[in-house]
Amino acid sequence: MDILHGLLQGFQVATTPTALAMCSLGVVLGTIIGVLPGLGPSATIAMLLPLTLKLEPTGAMIMLAGIYYGAKYGGSTTSILLNVPGENSSIVTCIDGYQMARKGRAGAALGMAAIASFIAGTFGVLALMLVAPPLAQMSLAFSAPEYFALMVLGLAMVVLLAGESLAKALLAMLVGLWIASIGTDLFTATSRFTFGQVELLGGIDFIVVAIGVFALGEVLGNIEPPEPVKMIPVPKGLRNLLPTREDMRRSRFAFLNGSVVGFVIGVLPGAGSTIASFMSYGIEKAVSKRKEEFGHGAIEGVAAPEGANNAETGGALVPLLTLGIPGSSTTAILLAALVLWGFKPGPLFIQDQPQLFWGLVASMYIGNVLLLVLNLPLVAVFAQLIKLPAYAMFPLVLGVSIVGVYSNAGSMFELGLLAAFGLLGYAMRKLDFPSAPLVLGLVLGDAMEKALRQSLMMSNGHLSILFRPIPSVLLAIAALLLLVPLFKRFNALRLQVLDTEA
Amino acid sequence: MRAWLKAGDFWSGLALAALGTYVVAQARTWDYMTEEGPGPGFFPLWYGSAMVVLSLVLVASAVMKRAAPGKPVVLRDLARGLGCWAAFVACIVLMPFAGFCVAFALLTWFVVVPMCGQGHRMGVALGVIGSAAFYALFELGLSVSLPHGYLF
Repeated sequence: MDILHGLLQGFQVATTPTALAMCSLGVVLGTIIGVLPGLGPSATIAMLLPLTLKLEPTGAMIMLAGIYYGAKYGGSTTSILLNVPGENSSIVTCIDGYQMARKGRAGAALGMAAIASFIAGTFGVLALMLVAPPLAQMSLAFSAPEYFALMVLGLAMVVLLAGESLAKALLAMLVGLWIASIGTDLFTATSRFTFGQVELLGGIDFIVVAIGVFALGEVLGNIEPPEPVKMIPVPKGLRNLLPTREDMRRSRFAFLNGSVVGFVIGVLPGAGSTIASFMSYGIEKAVSKRKEEFGHGAIEGVAAPEGANNAETGGALVPLLTLGIPGSSTTAILLAALVLWGFKPGPLFIQDQPQLFWGLVASMYIGNVLLLVLNLPLVAVFAQLIKLPAYAMFPLVLGVSIVGVYSNAGSMFELGLLAAFGLLGYAMRKLDFPSAPLVLGLVLGDAMEKALRQSLMMSNGHLSILFRPIPSVLLAIAALLLLVPLFKRFNALRLQVLDTEA
Repeated sequence: MRAWLKAGDFWSGLALAALGTYVVAQARTWDYMTEEGPGPGFFPLWYGSAMVVLSLVLVASAVMKRAAPGKPVVLRDLARGLGCWAAFVACIVLMPFAGFCVAFALLTWFVVVPMCGQGHRMGVALGVIGSAAFYALFELGLSVSLPHGYLF
């Protein structure tokens, strides 16, 4: 009853003209970002975050979430028409989607991608709505030691699946923890790592780091002369975009598979939508009676991964909203947004901010419908965005980055930091250091230090407090995860997962 | 020249070891434990030490050639990326004097013409249109203040 009541309240929030406008803006922007190769939702949300700080938080959060899941709808368009994924999560859609397009079935592939995304995306929101409240209730029993252990486990999972070299992923996370330490210590008011700069006493703004590493790093890493685009044309007319009855019948299991796998993988920190889409594709192929068609244009090969990468969004929001633990760089930026607006994602979030939580859930139902309605008739228009030259897009990204950072702090010092973190993001790309552990270390650094110090205060400095049942189990799992690379068989499995992502 | 001297892992490992050493050195100047519990030096000392150990592992694996072979560094790409970054820095330095609009128009021209190989006419057009659009949207439309200089 509580859930139903909450959902009704959410729809009251999400159907106001402002919320509807923000939801529409978010999903359209998300689709555009998804279509454009090279610009991802992390960079976009980071760039737009400072500009949303003056907006009403519920509307702004609805828009940012719209960008997050909208990008996954858009990502399939380039995979199918160009064999170039607009988003990492749409990589696997290239396999059968592009083959379908080459055989003259681009319309059916695009239509199926939109329908599967809608079905699984809606399933993901439904599961989020059902799972989040009881999980939040359960985690009310958590205190500082449990939180510390939970954050360690979340970081360990992200580090494990962040890149081939565990040392590099751990180092990136430690650099994130160091950046989080810069400023004034909350417990003793000691200034740490400020290099004598007054501007650093308040710490380094997350926005500056996120925009520098993601947006600027992306431009610097991709800047090159344009190459001609050879795109398969989109069939005209809505009828040509609808899959046949046989396509729908064949994809029944793929819808279910994509929905369940996507949501479950989404809840696990570090795994993400790319792994979800590969897993659902693998399962689909394994159980299919037409295995030989996979790789040559099987419609299930489009439906399963496209469904999985959209259901993953709902899953990823579960630990973010109920425990305050993000599992990826995009959810880390969303967490930072909530904190900047003055909210505290965690067990009490649903109870304290029902309008925001339920409004967000309801907006995601609306957003998925909007995306289906937009994507079917307008896919040809969105596809034209592929032709947008990079030389027009790069200055736009640089300009929005400058305006975003300057509007937030109003200081040239912050713009200097932006340039420094842009260089860091570029260096990390060139040297194969993953950026997700850095961002997560930065976002969780303060909370992690606070939880550890509070735990040790509770026990008069004895580490035994971390060996209570829940923290000890969580820390043991984290330790085991970090030991995985030492065991050849498990490391081979880890590298296989990373290979599929790469 | 030894191969590991050319490896990015070797140099990035050394840089991170230096950072880790700095973190540990700073942390040792703060209280590790206070009467109330762990002090400001407690957490940085631990992660700083971990940083030193892991970065040395990275250096050692680069020297012993155990590190995964990274992507080959293409100097032209590197120059392009660093050139664009230098232009971004120059744009920021120029802003207090020339203002956002002029500095951003110059940055746009640099990205479009020397970096992406388009013609001057396109570079100038995009620079002027881009700056005007940013000014109209943010400064006039959304009342978001842009950096101003002596010129604009």
